[in-house]
Amino acid sequence: MAYLELKNVCKTYEDASGGTEVLSNINLTIEEGEFVAIVGFTGSGKTTLVNLINGLIKPTSGEVLFKGEPVTDTSHERGVIFQNYSLLPWLTVGQNVYMAVKEAFPKESKEKLQAIVKDYVAMVSLSPAINKRPKELSGGMRQRVAVARALAMNPEMIIMDEPLGALDALTRGNLQDEILNIWSKDKRTALLITNDVDEGIYMADRIIPLKPGPNATLGPEFTIDIERPRDKTSLNDNETYKKNRNAIIEYLMDIGNERKSVSNETYELPEISPKSFVA
Amino acid sequence: MKQSITLNKITQLMGFGFLKPITALFTGKPQKEDIVNFLKKIIVPLLSILLFLGVWQGGSTALFNKEANFKIEKALADQGQAAADEMRACIASGEISCQPNTLPSPSQVWASFKTLLEDHKVISADKLAFKEKTAVMNEKRIAAGKEPITYTGRPSFVDQIFTSLKTVFAGFLLALVIAVPIGVVIGLSTTLRSSFNWLIQIFKPVSPVVWLLLVFMIVKTLTKDSNSDSAFIISFISVGLCSMWATLVNTAMGVSSVDKDYINVAKVLKLGPMQKVFKVILPSSLPLIFTGLRITLSVAWMVLIAIELLAQSPGLGSFVWEEFQNGAIDSNSKIIVAMFIIGIIGFLLDRIMLTIQNMVSFNKNEGV
Repeated sequence: MAYLELKNVCKTYEDASGGTEVLSNINLTIEEGEFVAIVGFTGSGKTTLVNLINGLIKPTSGEVLFKGEPVTDTSHERGVIFQNYSLLPWLTVGQNVYMAVKEAFPKESKEKLQAIVKDYVAMVSLSPAINKRPKELSGGMRQRVAVARALAMNPEMIIMDEPLGALDALTRGNLQDEILNIWSKDKRTALLITNDVDEGIYMADRIIPLKPGPNATLGPEFTIDIERPRDKTSLNDNETYKKNRNAIIEYLMDIGNERKSVSNETYELPEISPKSFVA
Repeated sequence: MKQSITLNKITQLMGFGFLKPITALFTGKPQKEDIVNFLKKIIVPLLSILLFLGVWQGGSTALFNKEANFKIEKALADQGQAAADEMRACIASGEISCQPNTLPSPSQVWASFKTLLEDHKVISADKLAFKEKTAVMNEKRIAAGKEPITYTGRPSFVDQIFTSLKTVFAGFLLALVIAVPIGVVIGLSTTLRSSFNWLIQIFKPVSPVVWLLLVFMIVKTLTKDSNSDSAFIISFISVGLCSMWATLVNTAMGVSSVDKDYINVAKVLKLGPMQKVFKVILPSSLPLIFTGLRITLSVAWMVLIAIELLAQSPGLGSFVWEEFQNGAIDSNSKIIVAMFIIGIIGFLLDRIMLTIQNMVSFNKNEGV
C-alpha cells in the first residue's frame, strides 16, 4: 500500500461562467521515506494540488488517500510549509512556533513545549532572533521560522509549497541543505513543489512535471539516481544530472511552446471595483 | 543623540510628528534642512493661527459696529436725538447694560477664560471649606446611619469638563462592550451578517436626539422606583448607542476579511474554534477594530454635548445651554471658550486613541 496516493483527482473551481477544471486526472503515488518533487510553471495549479493533499480543499472527483485513509481534513501528520511563510505578524518567532507545538502536543507541560520550541528554533539557527517579530526578519529568516514551525509539530510527511521561491539564490542554497539535513535525519516523507528544475534534481528522488492548467495533469516521471549526500558543485559534471536536467527542461519547454501556440486569442480583462465598506 | 531618537519615536507614535522639527532643532546640531523644516512646519502654522485670530477680530468688530449702529438708530427712531446720543456715549463708555450682544472678540474670550478659571478657584475653595465645616457633622450622621451632607452648590466650569469626560467614557465603554462582541459574531457568520445588516443600516444614521428620546422612554420606566440620578444614565447610554456603530461595522469587516493565509495556518495547526477566534482572527482584525473605536470616541464626544444639552445632565453641554439662556454680557464669550475646550479635548482624546492604536497594530504585510 502506498503511503500517499492520488487516484484520478480532479478539481474544478466553480464560477459564474460554469467553472474551470484546474486539475484533471492526477494520479500520484508516494512511498514512505521518499522525496518527491513536482515542477511546473507558475499558475499551473501547484498550490491547488498541495491544498488537496494537506486537506485544505476537497477534490471535485477522485480520491486522496493518506496511509490508505481518504483525506478529509488537515492533520498534524502532514506538516505544511507555505509559499508565503504565513507567519502571524503579531507573534514573535518563538510564539509562532510555540502555537504550533502546543496544538501538536496538547498534553505536554509548558516547560517541555518551550524546550521543543527552543530546539527547533536553534535547528534553523535563529536562536538570537527568538523574541523578534516577523517584520524584523529577512525573507530567508522568515522562511526558516516557517520551516521550524512545520517541523516542530513532528509531522510524518512534509509538504512544501514553493518554500524557497521568494528567496535569493544564496539563501536558497543554504535552506535547501538545511531541509535535506532534516529530512535525511529521520527519513520522513517529503513532497516538494517547485518551479526550479535544479532545485528539484538536487533535492528529490523523483521529479514529476505538472503540465500547466487549466486541466493540469502530471507528466512522465524522472527518477534521479544520484547518491546522497549530493554535492552541488560536483553535481554540474554528473552525467545523470545533466541528462535528467536536459530531459526535464526539454519536456517543460515543449509543453510551454504548445501552450503558447494555442493561446493566441485575446482575453478581456474582468471588471473589478473596490469592495463596499458597508458591512 | 539616543535621547532624541526615543523622543522622536514617542512623538511619532502619538501622531505629534509635526513636533519633529522642534526636537530636531534643539537636540543636536541644527542642519540647514532642519531650519527649513522648522519654518515650514512651525512658523507657517503659527502664521495661520495669527491670520485666524485676525479674521476673527475683524469679523467681531464689524458685527459689533453693525449691532451698535442698529441700537443707536433704533433709539433715534423711537426716542429722538437725545436718546441716540446717550446710547452712543453709553456704548463708547463700555457700560455693561447697553453693550451690543454679538460675536465676542478673541480678547473678550481670553478674559472669560480667565474668569472661568478664577470662578473654579473660588468654587473649589468654597467646596473645601464646606467639607471641613461638615466633616464632624457628617461623621455623626454616618454613625447615626443617615446620609452625609454633600455640597450642592453650582459646579465650576472645570467640574463640568470632568463630568462630561465621565459621561463620554461611560458611553464609550458601553459602546465597546456592546459593539465589539456583536461585531465579532456578525463578522464570523455570513448568515448573521446578512440578517442583521438591515438593522445596522437603519439604526446607524439615526440622530442622537432620537436615541436620547428612545433611551429616555426606557430608562424612565426602569428607574421608576429608584431615586438615583437618571440624567447621567440616560445621557451615557444615548452616547454609547449613538457612537457604537462605527466600531460595530469596522469590527465585523475586520473579522470577515482576515487574510486567507492566517486562516489556512489556523486550519493546518488544527486550532479549535475558540482558539481560532482569539489567537488568529481577533489579533489580525485589531487594527480595524481600533480604527472603529477611534471613530466611536470622536462621535461620542461630538454627540455628548447635544445630548447633555437635551437631557439636562450636568456637563459641558448644559454649561453651553445655560450660558446661552443666561444672556449675561460675557455669556457669548463663555460659549466660545467652551467651544475651544470641547475642540481641544476632542483632539486629545483622538490622539490618545491613535497612540494606543499604533501600539497594538501591525502592518498587514509584515508576516508575508
